[in-house]
Amino acid sequence: MSTSSSITSQRSSEETIAEGSYSSQAPQAPVVSLAERKARNAMWRGRIGMTVYLILLLMPIYWLINMSFKTNTEILSGLSFFPENFTLENYAKIFGDPTWYMGYVNSIIYVSMNMVISLLVALPAAYAFSRYKFVGDKHMFFWLLSNRMAPPAVFLLPFFQLYSSVGLFDTHIAVALAHCLFNVPLAVWILEGFMSGVPREIDETAYIDGYSFPKFFVKIFLPLIRSGIGVTAFFCFMFSWVELLLARTLTSVDAKPIGAIMTRTVSASGMDWGLLAAAGVLTIVPGILVIYFVRNHVAKGFALGRV
Amino acid sequence: MTKVENNKAWWLVLPVFLIVAFSAIIPLMTVVNYSVQDIFDPYTRYFVGTEWFKQVMLDERLHDALIRQFIFSFTILAIEIPLGIMVALMMPTKGKGASLALILVAIPLLIPWNVVGTIWQIFGRADIGLFGAMMAELGINYNYASEPMHAWLTVVLMDVWHWTPLVALLCYSGLRAIPEVYYQAARIDKASRWAVFRYIQLPKLTNVLIIGVLLRFMDSFMIYTEPFVLTGGGPGTSTTFLSQSLVQQAIGQFDLGPAAAFSLVYFLIILLVCWVFYTTIMHMQKDK
Repeated sequence: MSTSSSITSQRSSEETIAEGSYSSQAPQAPVVSLAERKARNAMWRGRIGMTVYLILLLMPIYWLINMSFKTNTEILSGLSFFPENFTLENYAKIFGDPTWYMGYVNSIIYVSMNMVISLLVALPAAYAFSRYKFVGDKHMFFWLLSNRMAPPAVFLLPFFQLYSSVGLFDTHIAVALAHCLFNVPLAVWILEGFMSGVPREIDETAYIDGYSFPKFFVKIFLPLIRSGIGVTAFFCFMFSWVELLLARTLTSVDAKPIGAIMTRTVSASGMDWGLLAAAGVLTIVPGILVIYFVRNHVAKGFALGRV
Repeated sequence: MTKVENNKAWWLVLPVFLIVAFSAIIPLMTVVNYSVQDIFDPYTRYFVGTEWFKQVMLDERLHDALIRQFIFSFTILAIEIPLGIMVALMMPTKGKGASLALILVAIPLLIPWNVVGTIWQIFGRADIGLFGAMMAELGINYNYASEPMHAWLTVVLMDVWHWTPLVALLCYSGLRAIPEVYYQAARIDKASRWAVFRYIQLPKLTNVLIIGVLLRFMDSFMIYTEPFVLTGGGPGTSTTFLSQSLVQQAIGQFDLGPAAAFSLVYFLIILLVCWVFYTTIMHMQKDK
């Protein structure tokens, strides 16, 4: 009984909103409170759901951070949410040993190289795809994207032989080039989406004003798609930073990525859990810094410029 | 937007073509080359035609890996897509909370894949990990290193943890593109929460969901590093997926010919499934 009455009152209340000034029969007060209460309930449900999700999401990461501040004896002696004997020893070991911290330097070098190469080649190509029709343009675009679908495991051995034969094995540029396989198509795809959002008239006006193509591209066009470039750089960083299979295969000593160095924590005397955790935590930091810089554009960027 | 016909645009595409060709066509040709030869050492090799392909097609281990791969990919899609949409609907839309939630949700995506494996390797262990310990508290003798079901559960859970954020962020950006007017109209029409979702939000999400499903399918089909670190493909072969069987064959046993034939079949399966996905969705949209 009470439900049906509440529905009636709700209906009458919403009619009031809908019809606005035409009707003034229904009482005004319950109207607002009901709609408001509904909205507030939904908001609270959303907030609680979100909080629960975030806690579940961050728990494994927190556990890793927690462990990185413990000694191995403490880790193995039982579970606790806070380190009892807080120690920075694990981090000190990493920062005190070049064979450890050079892994981070190597990773950052090839990731940056990859970002620069991908952007430099993808920018003109994306412009071509978004503005011109040319022979084989669609086939070219799909061929590019199909490379994004190639499992790295397929290319493992040929890559190894290719880069060994041209003398690039164990260099940063080898990994950067190998990662271009999936990052360049992705960069073209994202940038094309952003560029198609810029009206053609801008190009035409610039040419009428006497701009040459390179000058127009750098001075006018690139500033217009700033956020697109930022987002693309973010995606290139992301996929190059997280990839390990190719990076590990193409390097041995001089350009070895941190991910490959981490396997050293397994030794005859068992796992060095604390050290492993500390190394893991340090690989998360650059990612957080990068996403912090693009946080305002990332919502659009994740739709790859195509919403 | 109407496009101008201009073949000079090829000059702009050329650098991309060269760089991708260098790291795609040359290696792919090498793979094709290997797949039709029997190689003993760099100087002794015989042409064997389709021998390796026949062998690969009939290989029991690969069939099993393929079936496991499909079960895995569809399981994680069935969980990640609805969960991602739900998270996107719950994410705050304005203010400081919005960008904080965005950064927090995106964190798992930026963790190197081997570290993702490490995190769950630790988290799932009953002696030092919270999740494993919780399962043990519940009276389950949880051990992903010896129980195939537990290994599966951990791998699926890890993937859901790792990749639901991608779906959520894709959907979040799709939702942000819906004009406020649509919601106002829905309020006037007294639309229920479900109706708003079904007739306003979901249609607007189609585009990003296509991207999401395709990306998730492709990437889950190539999964290697995370299960490799977590379970090493075990116990037995219960979590050995396609990439891992391939690497075992190519690097572990150095069976170049069969591995190359397997690579090509593998690549073709991904292309085929993606193409089927894509055309089906496109047709469904056209029919509407």
